[in-house]
Amino acid sequence: MPEPLQEALGNLLLAMADDEVLLGHRDAEWVGHAPILEADIAIASIAQDEIGHALLWYSLLHELGWPDPDRMAYFRDPPEFRNATLVELPGGDWAFTIVRQFLFDFAEKVRLEALMGSAYAPLADAAAKVRREEAYHLLHSRAWVVRLGDATAESHRRMQAALDEAWPHALGLFEPVPGEDRLVEAGIAPPGAALRPRWEEEVRPILEAASLVVPEAEPVVGGRWGRHTEHLAALLADFQQVARSGLGETW
Amino acid sequence: MVSEGAGKGPTLTPEVIRAALEAVKDPEIPTVSIVDLGMIHGVRVDGEEVEVEFAPTFVGCPALHVIEREIVEQVTALGARRVRVRRVYRPPWTSDRMNERARRALQELGIAPPRPAPAEITWAALERVPCPFCGSTDTRMENLFGPTSCRALFYCHACQQPFEAFKPL
Repeated sequence: MPEPLQEALGNLLLAMADDEVLLGHRDAEWVGHAPILEADIAIASIAQDEIGHALLWYSLLHELGWPDPDRMAYFRDPPEFRNATLVELPGGDWAFTIVRQFLFDFAEKVRLEALMGSAYAPLADAAAKVRREEAYHLLHSRAWVVRLGDATAESHRRMQAALDEAWPHALGLFEPVPGEDRLVEAGIAPPGAALRPRWEEEVRPILEAASLVVPEAEPVVGGRWGRHTEHLAALLADFQQVARSGLGETW
Repeated sequence: MVSEGAGKGPTLTPEVIRAALEAVKDPEIPTVSIVDLGMIHGVRVDGEEVEVEFAPTFVGCPALHVIEREIVEQVTALGARRVRVRRVYRPPWTSDRMNERARRALQELGIAPPRPAPAEITWAALERVPCPFCGSTDTRMENLFGPTSCRALFYCHACQQPFEAFKPL
């Protein structure tokens, strides 16, 4: 593979891995704090899935010559992360957690479905595997959105506020990674711009069924190029603390 | 995962290796072997070097590392000089790959075995799952997620027992 193309593929894998590892961390912050025990078990399991998927994407990166997954996750600073800003935002309330997860799960769905046809076989194979597992996340987040969207005035208010906050950051999931043109030309990945309408076709009817109104908003972009909100540094300070503490490499 | 062993294995064949891997269990389902679960995709032998193709059930399952280490230990004990465990995703592991023995063992543990996996998992795939204790289908799904990635939580109205089911995947 020519080096510029490999670089672009790395940028895509990095974006996918960073999205999942940070969302997994945000979800894991709920462990022991979720509103009911069943929800606690579910969010813990989802967190584990997302971090496992991140490990898979980091492993594909490693095969292309990038440092190993632990080094990638724990020893990079905020400007080196290529996640969309959606996943770095603080957990907020349960409504925000559910709305963010819902918007992310469906974005991942349409991305994986497109990548199942990737010309880069290791990516196509991994996408097919992860896509099957994601079915459980999709059932979970859709059910919660519909349930909370119009359950009570309070739940509706919180869900609408969560959607208003999360939506522009969710649009940033589709920001092109550096070198996207090369990936499109080589048949490795679709342009992010092509995924967004497919995603909207999926999420809008569900949000409507939940009596939620999609805000008019411009995408918050920059994440795919290393520009983040102030929340990422605080997140990483927590997430990377133990790995960087120098307590020893062997456990 | 790659490991270097002592060597001296004249009788290494894929069949011998598969038989030895029957001893490797899923640590979260300790009576079910990874061979019966359908997690061993292929075994290649080249002299004293062995490559085991390993199909993960759920990608985020934290037991994968433990299982891989045990695969290496078993194959090294057979005399392999070099053992490589390679994760494969094509074809993806699905719950349809587990055999009858695995399904019976799950049932005996009180975990309902998975139904044939549809192309896309829907709520319908999780309705009226037979209770592993009394066999009734008067059951309801309580939680899509359970104590491990591969299990969901159910309740049986007939015998009034909570139970777990292996998720169709």
